[in-house]
Amino acid sequence: MPTNSAGTPLLAAQTLSLVRGGRALFRDISFAVHAGQLWQIEGPNGAGKTSLLRILCGLARYGFEGRVQRPAPQLYLGHHAAVKGLLTPRENLAWHVSGADRYANEQIESALVRVGLYGYEDVPSHTLSAGQQRRVNLARLFLSSAPVWLLDEPFAAIDKEGVVALETLLEEHVAAGGAVLMTSHQAVQVNCEVRVLDLAGSVV
Amino acid sequence: MSAPGTFQFCARLLHRQLLLAVRRPIDIGNPLLFFVMVVALFPLGLGPAPEKLADFAPGVLWITALLSNLLTSDTLFRSDFDDGSLEQLLLAPQPLYLSVLAYMLAHWLTTGLLLAVVAPVFAVMLSLPMAALGILVTSLLLGTAVLSLLGGIGAALTVGLKRGGMLISLLILPLYMPVLIFGSAAVEAAVSGVPAGPYLAILGAMVCLAIALAPLAVAAGLRISIDA
Amino acid sequence: MWSFFHKLGSPPWLYAISGVILRWLLPATIMALAVGMVWGLLFTSPDFRQGNSYRIIYIHVPAAVVALAGYYLMAIAGAINLIWRMKMADVAMRAAAPVGAAFTFIALFTGAIWGKPTWGTWWVWDARITSMVILLFLYLGVVALYEAFDNKEAAGKACAVLSLVGMVNIPIIYKSVDWWYSLHQPASIKFTGDSTIDSSMLYPLLLMIAAFYALFTCCLLLNMRAELLQREARTQWVRKLASAAEAR
Repeated sequence: MPTNSAGTPLLAAQTLSLVRGGRALFRDISFAVHAGQLWQIEGPNGAGKTSLLRILCGLARYGFEGRVQRPAPQLYLGHHAAVKGLLTPRENLAWHVSGADRYANEQIESALVRVGLYGYEDVPSHTLSAGQQRRVNLARLFLSSAPVWLLDEPFAAIDKEGVVALETLLEEHVAAGGAVLMTSHQAVQVNCEVRVLDLAGSVV
Repeated sequence: MSAPGTFQFCARLLHRQLLLAVRRPIDIGNPLLFFVMVVALFPLGLGPAPEKLADFAPGVLWITALLSNLLTSDTLFRSDFDDGSLEQLLLAPQPLYLSVLAYMLAHWLTTGLLLAVVAPVFAVMLSLPMAALGILVTSLLLGTAVLSLLGGIGAALTVGLKRGGMLISLLILPLYMPVLIFGSAAVEAAVSGVPAGPYLAILGAMVCLAIALAPLAVAAGLRISIDA
Repeated sequence: MWSFFHKLGSPPWLYAISGVILRWLLPATIMALAVGMVWGLLFTSPDFRQGNSYRIIYIHVPAAVVALAGYYLMAIAGAINLIWRMKMADVAMRAAAPVGAAFTFIALFTGAIWGKPTWGTWWVWDARITSMVILLFLYLGVVALYEAFDNKEAAGKACAVLSLVGMVNIPIIYKSVDWWYSLHQPASIKFTGDSTIDSSMLYPLLLMIAAFYALFTCCLLLNMRAELLQREARTQWVRKLASAAEAR
C-alpha cells in the first residue's frame, strides 16, 4: 500500500520521552500520523501506552520531554467509560457530543442503535453492564467529526459482534481520510494497513 | 456544523449538574440535615437561656453554614473524576474557566442558596431577633457564593488524592475566615440596629473577586490533578 | 545572562553555589543574631509601659516579618515553576514551606510569652496573633498538600497554585482580621497599641530583622541542599559527593 505522506500530518511528535519512578517508559519517540493511517501502539504491560496517548491528546502536560503538534481536532476515548450512572445513555451521549457540535435527537438515537443499545436509550446508566457503558462511550465515534481518533483499549469488554462493528467503523474512518491511533491487547483485523509504534523497542 | 457557543455549553453543563443533583436528592438533603443537627447542638452545649443563644446566634449560624458548605465541597468534582467525565471536559474546546464557573454555580444553587433559605427557621430557634433575619439571608446568599467558589479551589487540588477528605478542610478553612468575619458582622450589625450595608457590600466585593480569580485556580488545579 | 538562568536550573551548580554562599552567610548570620540579641536584650533601656518584658519583640517582630516574607517567596518560587517549569524553583518552594512554618511558630510562641507578663494571659486573640495563626494554617496546608500527592511533580504544581491563592488572600485576611479586632476590641485594654518606637529601640530591631532574613536564607539554603541531594540521589554528581565524603 503506498504510503500517503502528502500534505501536513494530522498529528506529529518529536523525541518524546517519559520517565516514571526512575524507569524510562519510552525514549526519543518520533512519528507523524497522516490522513488515512491506522496506528497501533504496542508495548509491554505497564503505563507506557496509556501515558503516550494522554500526552498526545494533551491531558498529560508535565513530566515528559519532547514536543507534540496537534493541528487537527482530536477525539480521545480513555479507559473510563465517562458515563454518569444517574443519566440515561441518551443524556450521556448528548452531553458528550454537546461540546463538539450540535446534534439532533435522531442522530443520537441512531448512534446508540448502531452500538447495539436499542431499547436501552432511556434507562439509568447504572443499570447497564460495564460493556454496555463502554458502548455508550463508543457511540461518540459515530457522531464525531474529528479527524484524529485516539483510542485506549477500545475493544475492552466488547463482545465479538461489537468488535467487528468497531473494526468496520475504524476502516471507514481511515478510508474517509481520518486517522486512528489506538492501543489494544488483541490484534486488529482491518482491511487497511496497520502501522505499529513499538514502545519496547525504544527503551532497549 | 459549528461548535456550540461557550455560553450554550456552560448552560448545558449547569443543566446537567442540576439534573444529577436532583436525581439524588439525598446529596442535597445531607448538608441541610447537618446544618439542622449542628444548630441543635448549640443549645445543648451552651444551655437553653434565650439571651445567651441570641448573643451567639449570628456566629453560630454562620459557622454552621460554613461547615455544611465545607462538607459538600469535597464532592464537587469527585464523581466526574472517577468516571472519566472530567477528562473529557478538559479536552473540550470550550474554555475551562467558564465551565468550572458552571460547576460552582450549580454547587451554590444546591447548597448555599438552600442554606440561606432555611436559615431563618433556625435563627428563630436560636432567638435571633426578627429584625436581623433579612440581613441573615442576604449575608448567607452572598457569603455562601464565595464559599462555593473557594471550595472549588480546594476540590480541584484534592480531587485526585485518595485520602483527600480532611485535607480539603485544612486548605480552604483559612480562606473562609474573612467571609465568616464579615458575614457574622453583618448579622450582628442588624441585631444591634446598625446599618449592615457596608458589610454586605464587602461580601459583594468578595463575590466579585472570587468569580474573577477562583476559576483560574480551579482550572489549573484540575489540570494538575488529572495529570497526576 | 541566559547562561546564568540556565546554570540556575542545574542541580550540581546550585548545590555548589549554595555551599559557597553558606560558607560566609552562616557565620555572618550568627554574628548578627548575637550582636542584635545582646544589644536588644541587655543594652537598651526598659520600656516605659511594659518594663523589661517588651524585649521579646526583638525576636517576635523579626520572626513575624520573615514568616510573611517567606510565604511570598514560596508563592513566587512556585509561580516560577508553574510558568517556566524550573525544577529548582520547585525545590526552593518545597524547602521554604517548613522553614516558613517554623518561623511563624516562633512568632506565635514568642507572642504568647510576651502576653503573659504584659496582659496576664498566655494567649490573646489580638489582630497580629490571629493573623499569624491563619498564616501558620496556610503554611501547613501547603506542606500537607505536598505530602498527600504521590507524584511529586504534580505535588509541586498543586502547591504552587495553593500558595498563589494564599498569596492573594493574605492581604484580605490581614485586613479582615484587623478590622474584626477593632470591632470586638474590649474597650478598656488596647493590646496592640500604635506606640511610636524610640530610635534606641529601633536600631537593634532593624538589625534583628536583617539577621532573621539572613537566618531564613541560611535555613532555606540548607533545606534546599538536602532536598537536592534527596531528589538527585541516583545521579552521578551526588554519588561522587558521597564517595568523596566517605573517603575523608
